[in-house]
Amino acid sequence: MFGNLSRNDWLLFAGFSIAVLTAPVILQPLGAAYPAILEKFCIFGIFALGFNILFGLTGYLSFGHAAFIGVGSYAAVWMFKLLTMNVLPAIIFGMVMAGFFAVVIGYVSLRRSGIYFSILTLAFAQMCYNTAYSVLTPLTNGETGLQLTLRDPRIVDAMFITPGSGLPRASLFGLDISGGGFAGFYFCAVALIVCFFLSMRIFRSPFGMMLRAIKSNQHRMRYTGFNTRPYLLSAFVISGVYAGLAGSLMAATDPLAGAERMQWTASGEVVLMTILGGVGTLVGPVLGAVVIKYFENIFSSFSERTLHGVLGFLPDGIENAVVEVLSLFVGDGWNLTLGAVFMLIVIFLPGGIMEGIRRIMGMFGKGGRGDRPAVANQAQAAE
Amino acid sequence: MDAIILQILNGLDKGGAYALIALGLTLVFGTLGVVNFAHGALFMMGAFCAVAFNELLTLETVTVDPTQTTAWGTAVEIRTPYIEAWLGDFGHFLLDYSVPASILLAIPVMLVVGVAMERGLIRHFYKRPHSDQILVTFGLAIVIQEIIKHFFGANPIPQPAPAAFSGTASVGQLIGLGNAIPYPWWRLIYLLFSLTVIGSVFAFLRYTTYGMVVRAGMRDRETVGLLGINIEQRFTVVFGLAAVVAGVAGVMYTPILPPDYHLGMEFLVLSFVVVVVGGMGSLAGAVAAGFLLGILQSFASMNEVKNIVPGIDQIIIYLVAVVVLLVRPRGLMGRSGVMEE
Amino acid sequence: MSKFVVSRRVLLKAGALSGVALAAPRHFIRDAYADDMSCNIPTGDTVTLGFNVPQTGPYADEGMDELRAYQLAIKHLNGEGDGGMLPTFSSKALKGNGVLGKKVAYVSGDTQTKSDAARDSAKRMIEKDGAIMITGGSSSGVAVAVQSLCQDMGVIFMSGLTHSNDTTGKDKKRYGFRHFFNAYMSGVALGPVLGEAYGKDRVAYHLTADYTWGWTQEESIKNATEALGWKTAAAVRTPLGAGDFSQYITPVLNSGADVLILNHYGKDMINSLTQAVQFGMRDKQVNGKQFEIVVPLFSELMAQGAGSAIKGIYGTANWDWKLDNPGTKAFTQSFGKEYGFPPSQAAQTCYVQALLYADACERAGTFYAPEVIKALEGFDFDGLGNGPTNYRAEDHQCFKDVLVVQGKEEPKDKYDLLEVKKIVPAKDVTYDPSMFGGELGPADAKTC
Repeated sequence: MFGNLSRNDWLLFAGFSIAVLTAPVILQPLGAAYPAILEKFCIFGIFALGFNILFGLTGYLSFGHAAFIGVGSYAAVWMFKLLTMNVLPAIIFGMVMAGFFAVVIGYVSLRRSGIYFSILTLAFAQMCYNTAYSVLTPLTNGETGLQLTLRDPRIVDAMFITPGSGLPRASLFGLDISGGGFAGFYFCAVALIVCFFLSMRIFRSPFGMMLRAIKSNQHRMRYTGFNTRPYLLSAFVISGVYAGLAGSLMAATDPLAGAERMQWTASGEVVLMTILGGVGTLVGPVLGAVVIKYFENIFSSFSERTLHGVLGFLPDGIENAVVEVLSLFVGDGWNLTLGAVFMLIVIFLPGGIMEGIRRIMGMFGKGGRGDRPAVANQAQAAE
Repeated sequence: MDAIILQILNGLDKGGAYALIALGLTLVFGTLGVVNFAHGALFMMGAFCAVAFNELLTLETVTVDPTQTTAWGTAVEIRTPYIEAWLGDFGHFLLDYSVPASILLAIPVMLVVGVAMERGLIRHFYKRPHSDQILVTFGLAIVIQEIIKHFFGANPIPQPAPAAFSGTASVGQLIGLGNAIPYPWWRLIYLLFSLTVIGSVFAFLRYTTYGMVVRAGMRDRETVGLLGINIEQRFTVVFGLAAVVAGVAGVMYTPILPPDYHLGMEFLVLSFVVVVVGGMGSLAGAVAAGFLLGILQSFASMNEVKNIVPGIDQIIIYLVAVVVLLVRPRGLMGRSGVMEE
Repeated sequence: MSKFVVSRRVLLKAGALSGVALAAPRHFIRDAYADDMSCNIPTGDTVTLGFNVPQTGPYADEGMDELRAYQLAIKHLNGEGDGGMLPTFSSKALKGNGVLGKKVAYVSGDTQTKSDAARDSAKRMIEKDGAIMITGGSSSGVAVAVQSLCQDMGVIFMSGLTHSNDTTGKDKKRYGFRHFFNAYMSGVALGPVLGEAYGKDRVAYHLTADYTWGWTQEESIKNATEALGWKTAAAVRTPLGAGDFSQYITPVLNSGADVLILNHYGKDMINSLTQAVQFGMRDKQVNGKQFEIVVPLFSELMAQGAGSAIKGIYGTANWDWKLDNPGTKAFTQSFGKEYGFPPSQAAQTCYVQALLYADACERAGTFYAPEVIKALEGFDFDGLGNGPTNYRAEDHQCFKDVLVVQGKEEPKDKYDLLEVKKIVPAKDVTYDPSMFGGELGPADAKTC
């Protein structure tokens, strides 16, 4: 059912893979080359890629996708607790559970369209969040989040290995995933590349065309005798499974699952990532995820002291004035920067970061508007 | 019985608040076709008009007395409030009534904010996809709340109701059921206030020519434009009106909920649910949904109900939203074709 | 900017590499352990501490106060300023020349009062900035989450404001330490005072935030008041962030209860208390007795948020700047001179935690985490504002006096909202460490 990929697509894929795998090197100058944030880039990249399959192709704006991340995380942590610290069963179970929730929520929500669909998904996600935080505490451990304990059964592990004195770490056949090393990042990176490849195949397949057709005119599709709902539900479930994968990877790299992952702000975040990067583009959502997570983790850590350090070359009076102004935007003001960036991008670059890149490339005349692979490669390299 | 009457009152009170916030939101949806994620921020700005007004009234001259030191080692500051010194008893009275009085500040401020927002930003997004509207207004909401945080801090700032209304009224006596139903005066006033504002907005749209044109614009914007009516300008006014309604709702809510910079975000999701349950672009629907959800939420929180279905009060609003949308595709009173594509 | 970062990172990396290279042979030369095998052992002439506080979200103001306290602590550790509580501290290991001769530096992060964000920023400080210790936080959920992360990474966590029994109970960790008191201590301290003030024949109605901290506090207070002879009419759970609590408050009016206990914190507490007072609860007579409201835990900032509603309300506190002891006075003066207002209890607990960690390193003679943990476990000290204090080895909980406070009727200014009614001695609030279960886990070093 998948269509053939063109030469340009293969180039894009190769460029993307190289960029992802060399991220620890190319992100060094930006101060974002430590494993934890790189893992988050990959995980939220996967989340946004999946979200883009639904939103970018069909135009259905789900405001409840964070629920699947939460379900995936809880499922994965339960696997760690009950069976084994190997990440594979946890990830598979996380994806299956997220897929199951996606079938149920999608089946109900897709009966409506437009903002009614958005509110239905939002309502389901908020119900998941509220119950996970309080009444479902035996399952989710509520506020504190579901964690590993020394007393977990871990049936499979117990049969083969004698447990050490501390908490075990999540691993892939002996490779340490949750220990905070680069193994965890490369594991997520491979998952991201696979997800990217799949999403590219979906974009180029007849199935993807069908979804686009639904976006442009669903009524016409219906009149021609197509039942659009199975296609929509498939897209919804695929993106739910992507989110489940992202959630279980979160649990694999850091075995804890908290309810606030499912809050509406988390659902909103993935919407913002996708729009910021460029809806319906292949690389855009990943870029959006990287930008937002970068702001959250790096911008929030700058203090006036850092600014003084960086701007030390300026004359004192000017330095103080500049630091005064800039300090509004960093540290505890990082939210302000994020809000301002959203506004600027959407006002001046309606197509998100990807459109900006395309325009810059257009100005230089090489590549041009149609040549997406070259552009996308540049985008990655520039990061 | 008393308990039920109290819960109905609670529900009406909540419903009034929900309806007031949803009213402006649905007005903007219906007329301008814009999804305004900054509407909660407008509500919050209104609340901070009350805070700012109160701070204006309590401005003080500060003289530092270096001879004395406080327990924490800084020089003692002697503070003399301006207003009470200048205006005496009237100043005192004004301070007591600062919350209702700040409506006089909130109306012009919110009108200016609303008009500026429409002219400067929203207007350019009429023809853009909803996702763009969401992102830009969400960004704006964050910017507004961070600015407020910069000036007022993150901690809630209490705004007491006027002393005369800070106690409770005996509702039981008012309706002839004995003494047992005390209810705060301020909440009753809020209920009355919300009904008045809702009534005036309806009257404005229903009985004035201006409102008629706006309603016509909601139905068919192009035709109204072809008739030579400056619909753009009317839309600016509608947006300003929505901002004022959100703002005064925020002002009057401050004695019930001490405002902080995050207030808007907390009401944002809820107000969207109310609007959608009521039906997009339907004013009557928003009001009906506001009261419906308010009352249901109150009853779901009763112990008798929670014992049967644990945790129902946590999800009732969303559960109702799901049920309503599945039974009535366009909410309670929505029109077809609005925001469905 | 990027250049600066690169060169610094390269330097750090080179440092780390040479550290590892050196560590291998030294492992054989030196006796039981190798210094360099613990996470982020400083190799240059500075040691970096990580301050993980909420800078956005509802507790941002509290977080800012914590950050101020930490910055002050660093000044004092490095020998700048007036030294704060260093002169009054019973341990004289700290000399005001940094820690173990290294200058103290810090990095900060934003927890957003969310477990995920808090763990992300803690990881950043550990992995990128080389923080050797993480401290801070303003809620129990975050504290427990970051504490377990630190246990995994082998980095010591000195928690900030966290009040749940779980932090040093069910979820205690070998690498986590808490100076702040907990819900159990609140109950034990508050019980007798409530008995004295309101009599033994009372009926209590609990409104409880529906999550872990709320439940543990409800249980603790219930046990303490029922031991007095009080009855409990009902305990109702309220959703987090409900905003308007009217639908939970009205049933109290006709329940026959004469005391309302609000197990809420932060904004929930501000809202529920303000609204309960609006419903006329303070002027009510039930069963021939004056109706009373109790808020077992509140802070200065919450008192400010609740305004006049806080007047006359009983609660507990970890510390107050008006206490009469040398440590408190020195700290209040030092903080007040620096920032122009007195410190909150969150600031005090964070300042003390930073000092205690530095002192433990100094006494252990190393930054090697397992040795520092040993130095902290069972440590007895005084002069840090809370009187004689013991860091209990079994659960890493500090045992010290607990304050019972009451909202002042006539406050002089917005920093003078609480009045210390009673100082409950540490021995009265001490409990058996096995009471809440949990295991500390091993103290093995990790190379993160």
